[in-house]
Amino acid sequence: MAEQLTKEDIRKEANIVYKKTEVLTDNVLHYCPGCGHGTIHRIIAEVIEEMDIQSETIGIAPVGCSVLAYNYFDLDMHEAAHGRAPAVATGIKRLLPNKYVFTYQGDGDLAAIGTAETIHACNRGENITIIFVNNGIYGMTGGQMAPTTLEGMKSSTTPYGRNIKQMGNPLKMTELVAQLPGTYFVTRQAVHTPAYVRKAKKAIKKAIQYQEREKGLSFVEVVSNCNSGWKMTPVQANKWMEENMFPFYPLGDIKVPEDK
Amino acid sequence: MKRELRLMKGNEAVAEAAIRAGCDGYFGYPITPQSEVMEYITAEKPEERTGMVVLQAESEVASINMLYGGAGAGKKVMTSSSSPGISLMQEGISYIAGAELPCLIVNVVRGGPGLGTIQPSQADYFQSTKGGGHGDYKLITLAPASVQEMADHATLGFKLAFKYRNPVMIQSDGAIGQMMEKVELDEQEERLTDDQIKEQYPWATLGKTPDRERNIITSLELDPAKQEQINLKLQKKYREIEKNEVLSEEIECDDAEYLLVAFGTSSRICQKVVKMARDEGIKLGLLRPITLYPFPVKEVARLAGQVKGILSVEMNAGQMVEDIRLAVNGKIPVEYFGRFGGIIPSSTEVLEALKQKIIGG
Repeated sequence: MAEQLTKEDIRKEANIVYKKTEVLTDNVLHYCPGCGHGTIHRIIAEVIEEMDIQSETIGIAPVGCSVLAYNYFDLDMHEAAHGRAPAVATGIKRLLPNKYVFTYQGDGDLAAIGTAETIHACNRGENITIIFVNNGIYGMTGGQMAPTTLEGMKSSTTPYGRNIKQMGNPLKMTELVAQLPGTYFVTRQAVHTPAYVRKAKKAIKKAIQYQEREKGLSFVEVVSNCNSGWKMTPVQANKWMEENMFPFYPLGDIKVPEDK
Repeated sequence: MKRELRLMKGNEAVAEAAIRAGCDGYFGYPITPQSEVMEYITAEKPEERTGMVVLQAESEVASINMLYGGAGAGKKVMTSSSSPGISLMQEGISYIAGAELPCLIVNVVRGGPGLGTIQPSQADYFQSTKGGGHGDYKLITLAPASVQEMADHATLGFKLAFKYRNPVMIQSDGAIGQMMEKVELDEQEERLTDDQIKEQYPWATLGKTPDRERNIITSLELDPAKQEQINLKLQKKYREIEKNEVLSEEIECDDAEYLLVAFGTSSRICQKVVKMARDEGIKLGLLRPITLYPFPVKEVARLAGQVKGILSVEMNAGQMVEDIRLAVNGKIPVEYFGRFGGIIPSSTEVLEALKQKIIGG
C-alpha cells in the first residue's frame, strides 16, 4: 500500500508548486465567489513580486466593488473618491516620478463619473498604469446600469433591458483612449480561463514595466463577469460573457508601442 | 531672518511665499480673480528654481484630487481657486479632511451664488468655516487682510496643515488678490527629500519598505463603531486647534464702548470707520479675526463684557454674525451690516449703520 502524504508533507518547501504571492495580504477577499476581481488582484500582485518593486509601488483603489482593494495588496495604497483615481495617481506620480503607480478601477468609476479624469490622464500621457475592470454593471450598489452595459442587457435600473434610445450607447472607453497620443500601450484582456489569465498577466506586466520608459500611460481593460449582478451562476456568467461581452468588447492589443 | 522687500499683487505674494515655503506641487485650474497664482508660479519656472511641480488640471475636481494624491505621499501641495471652483473641490476636500492629510487651498472669493460675479465677496464664510463638503470636518481658515498676510498665511498655512494633518484654507477675496502692496518675503526654505518625508511623516505613501507595515490613505470605515471613533478623534483634533491656534487683531479696543468685527477687505474699511467715529467722539474699536476657524470666541466674549453693542461688517448677507452671536450669548446687542454681490461697503455707510443699529438702537 502506498504511503499516504500528510498535510505537513504537502506543505514542505520541496513539495510546493504554487503559493500565494506575498504582495497579497492574508485578508479574506470580500468578492463574490466566481468574480474575476480576485484573479486580477492576484496577477497584479504576482507581477509586482516578480518585478521586485513592492517597495516602489503605490496603488490607487476606486469606489465600487474594489473599493477595499487596499485591504488585499501589501502595498502602500491610496483610496480615491469615485472616478478620481487617475487624478490622485497623477498627483502621486508627478511628485514621486521614480515610483510605479497604478489605478484599479471599475467601469462606473472609470467610464462614467471619472471620464474626464481618465481621458485627461491618458491624454497628458501620465506615466502610470490603469487597470480597468469592465463587467458591464454597477456591482457594489446592487446591479445598476453601467456606461458599459450592453444594449438589451438587464440591470436593476434597466429592468427591461438597456434601451439605447432612452439610455444611450455602451461606451468603448478602451478604443477611445487608444486614440489619444498620451497612451503608450492599450489592451483588452480577460481572466475567465487559465490561458487568458496568463495572457492578462503578461499584458499587466508590460503595462507596469513601460512606466520605466516614460513614454506615456498604459491602459489594460479586463473584461470580467459579475455573476451576482447578472443573476447567473459563475459558469453561466463566463459563458454569457464570451457570447455577449467579447463580440462588443473584442479581446487583444489595441495600441502597442512602436519602439518595441 | 533676512526678508526681501517687493511690490506685489496678493495673488502673486501667496504664490511666491508658497514657493519659498518649500511647496512641492501646485495643481490648479484657471478662474477669475485668482488666475495670477498659477500664472506667477509657471513664469517662475519652479521646476528649475526648487524642483516644485506645477500642473494645470482639467478641472477643479481633478486638481483637488491631485492634491489628495500628493498629500498622501507626504508632499507640501497647494491649489488656488475662486468660489465656484472651490464648490467643485468640496468632495475632494472632505476626503482629504477625512483621511487627515495636509494641504493648502487658496480661495480668492468672488460673489455668488452660482456664477455670480468676479468682484470681491466674503460670501464663502460658511463654506470655509463650517466644513463645506459632506461629513463633520473643519478647515483651518485664515483670512488675510493685506498682501503681506497673503504671503505670511502661505507659510503659516503649510505649518498648520502639517502640524494637524488637516487642510488649511486661505480665504482671501478679489480685492486682496488683485491689489498691490509692499510685501516682505521669507528666505527660501529647502524642500524635503523623500528620506526626510519618510522620517518626519511615517504615514506617507512612499512605497512599502520591509521595515514597516503598508500605509493606507483612506477615509472609508464601514464599521460604525470604528467610524465613530474616527469622528471622535477628528473632533478632539478640532478642539485642540480651537484651543491653540486662534489669531485675531484688536484695534483701539482698550477703551472701546462699541465694537466692529470684520475680517479681510471689510476690516480695512472698518479701520477707517474707527478713526471717523473717534473723531466724532464715539469710542469705537475693531476686532479682526485672522483665523475664521478657529473663531476668536474668547476674544469676542471678553469684549462683550466691555462694550455696549457689536456690529459685524461683512461682504455677504450676514454669516460671521452668527458666530459672534454664539460667542456673545445674548449679553449685548449684536447686529450685522453688509453689502454683497461684489460691492465693498463704504466707511460712511458702515458708520451710519453703527449709529442706527447699535448706538441709537
